[in-house]
Amino acid sequence: MVEDADLLADRIWRRYNPREQLIRYGVMLVTLMLVVWAVRDIDIFWPWVWDAPNQISSLGARMWPPDPSRLGEIVNAMIETVHIATLATMLTIFIALPVSYIAAQNTTPNRACLWLGRFILVSSRSVNTIIWALLFVAIFGPGVLAGILAIMFRSVGFIGKLMGEAIEEIDRRPVEAMEATGASKAKVIAYAVVPQVMPAFFAIVILRWDINIRESTVLGLVGAGGIGVILQGSIDTFAWQTVATILIAIIVLVLIGEAITGLLRRKAL
Amino acid sequence: MLEISNLIKRYGHDDPVLKGLDLSVEDNSVVAIVGASGAGKSTMLRCINRLVEPTSGSIKLNGTELVNLRHRDLRRARRKIGMVFQGFNLIDRLTVMENVLAGRLGYVSLFQAITRRYPTADIERAFVLMERVGIAHYANKRADELSGGERQRVGVVRALMQEPEVLLADEPTASLDPRTSEQIMVLLQSLASELSLPVLINIHNVAQARTYTDRIVGLRHGTMIFDGTPADFDKEALDAIYGGIESPEDESATPQAAPGKAEREIRHDQA
Amino acid sequence: MTRPDTSRATTSRTWRKPPFIANPIMRYGMLAVVVVYLVWAFATLPFNWERISEGLPRAARIFGGGFPPSFSRFDLLLTGFTESLQIAILATLLGVLLSIPFAVMAARNIAPLPVYLVGRAVIIVSRSFHPVIVAILFVAAVGFGPLAGILTLTLYSIGFVGKLLAEEIEEIDWGQVEAMRATGAGYLATLYYAVFPQILPRQVGLSMYQLDSNLRASAVVGIVGAGGIGSTLMNAFGRYDYDFAFAILLVIIAVILVSEGVSGWVRKKIW
Repeated sequence: MVEDADLLADRIWRRYNPREQLIRYGVMLVTLMLVVWAVRDIDIFWPWVWDAPNQISSLGARMWPPDPSRLGEIVNAMIETVHIATLATMLTIFIALPVSYIAAQNTTPNRACLWLGRFILVSSRSVNTIIWALLFVAIFGPGVLAGILAIMFRSVGFIGKLMGEAIEEIDRRPVEAMEATGASKAKVIAYAVVPQVMPAFFAIVILRWDINIRESTVLGLVGAGGIGVILQGSIDTFAWQTVATILIAIIVLVLIGEAITGLLRRKAL
Repeated sequence: MLEISNLIKRYGHDDPVLKGLDLSVEDNSVVAIVGASGAGKSTMLRCINRLVEPTSGSIKLNGTELVNLRHRDLRRARRKIGMVFQGFNLIDRLTVMENVLAGRLGYVSLFQAITRRYPTADIERAFVLMERVGIAHYANKRADELSGGERQRVGVVRALMQEPEVLLADEPTASLDPRTSEQIMVLLQSLASELSLPVLINIHNVAQARTYTDRIVGLRHGTMIFDGTPADFDKEALDAIYGGIESPEDESATPQAAPGKAEREIRHDQA
Repeated sequence: MTRPDTSRATTSRTWRKPPFIANPIMRYGMLAVVVVYLVWAFATLPFNWERISEGLPRAARIFGGGFPPSFSRFDLLLTGFTESLQIAILATLLGVLLSIPFAVMAARNIAPLPVYLVGRAVIIVSRSFHPVIVAILFVAAVGFGPLAGILTLTLYSIGFVGKLLAEEIEEIDWGQVEAMRATGAGYLATLYYAVFPQILPRQVGLSMYQLDSNLRASAVVGIVGAGGIGSTLMNAFGRYDYDFAFAILLVIIAVILVSEGVSGWVRKKIW
């Protein structure tokens, strides 16, 4: 009976063992310290923070009701936005496919090509669309070309990386069979690689097109064409009711884009 | 005539997988290569069409040395070596006809290959061969819609499309159910005599090896330890090849079925 | 698909690959649509060719001015990055915390319909707008500086984390909820004991992911004046200070790569 009591006394329930507990406290402490540092050190004028809800709601009030008088212009700019996204996505394919081919371990011709491909993908992905746009606006001046190039330069990394992964994941066996027939490298790719990555290719391009629609709505803020140009102009002239119309138009566009991609995905795959 | 002499293959610095194999195969004979997993059967077959690079040795097909060939010459040599795979290795998303025509890839131009504009003679040959094995009505079906046995027939036809001078079959029946695997073995055996084609078959199932082939070669740890007719292949040879190696699926393989006797299949092929 | 060739009806057959789209009207219709679209798009887009033709010399000047990148104003760069990091940390914390109530609201299985619609609407709206657009609005409302950045990225995090979390809640094991209800627990207790434990591991991983993606986004929202390294970059660009701008770009790339690596490592450790 005594031993039983001892056993019972030992049965203290703990969610975590001491080591786990220590790690949890450590992580929490570090997080807390980071937050405290961020709050104390950040360059914010605190009275503004307390005033922020007022400012935001007053801005919201100035936006109401949305002003549809420039709707025709807005719709045209929207179409331009879609054109930028679509053309850029189409053109990207021609660059991204060769890059993904040399950046995939199993198809790359040699190590130098592999690293070149990876370098292209990483630099494309690390620079945001709007930063690319900034660069191209400086080079080619404001306009849709800068926008298309910016979207392309960002999308190459996205499509290229995902396609490269799709190529690396193919079933090796058909490749082996095609090699055994005496087919050249190009024929092996056409028969054993291309059919296997086709579904992934369609899915990736559709996904990126959806993202590009969203991205191209902001290109105009740095002068690279599309709806953003009008948005920036309306904000600069304090035409808040027009801003509201544009915001609604953007939501509609994004939802339409999502509906189309959803439809394509179901149809094509 | 296929002549292999002193074939050695080692991966990295490990023990060689093949330790100086010598083998010659006359035209018009079906040779079974038996051995436990890891005995080097698959490596040997892949050395012949150079999917695996041999470390040293010589492989001659009708007098042509295969071991030193490079690039274009190698591809020309491979055209003459048909191969059938354990996993069929079809291109699932293409049609049966495209898979079959892929056997001609070594002969047609890249443009013809991509646009699928194959010469009429190739297409005719494809239909004749598909009819021979009974899959012609599937020509425009996608390869992944077919059953295992049908898929392996596509694999066999693809290999024959190459107009091969030798046919290699790497465990062609291991992914099939007993009845279908019998049918594929019968098919390989009869095609060999119809086309007077030497056929090398890696096979796990000793009973099928004895039934459908003219000659059995036994490998163990990369060395040939048996070479003879099915009649010579007795219990002693079986023990020499498999003894001390875990391979439960071969225990049931009792060597007594007669060729083409479908009724007995189940008994001798539990693999 | 196999129709006999009229000239040599018995011996020769033809085969064409079945077209991707069987209906010819659809097939050529699709092609026509694509061509018409391309013509329309290129014809209506306002390309300023005169200005574009000046591009190459300008590019040469920009890259000439940008190389080698100058790190002489390192302290400015460090300040910018510190601010970006602070924005990212605070926005992630706020966003992840606030995403929980919104996710609960937007989960069909535990929220009543009106609440569900509100929750979904918030998530859809915050996901529809690119953070840069949100940032420009907050800058207009609360002025230039990191506060606008924090608000922007908080909303951005609510949209992203909230959506994934809501989906996660919709897929929870319902049995645990029923078990809690059976013990007589109230709504909040049920949430706390039956719902949160099921989604918490995912939430920790998501927070790490979100911190990484907020750090990326904080470099961008600065371009419209919401503080952080983006503002520094924009200023450098505006002053044609290309060597400093390229230095900033290089550091941004480096920081993003490191942050991606760290976040990936942490998520692997947790899951």
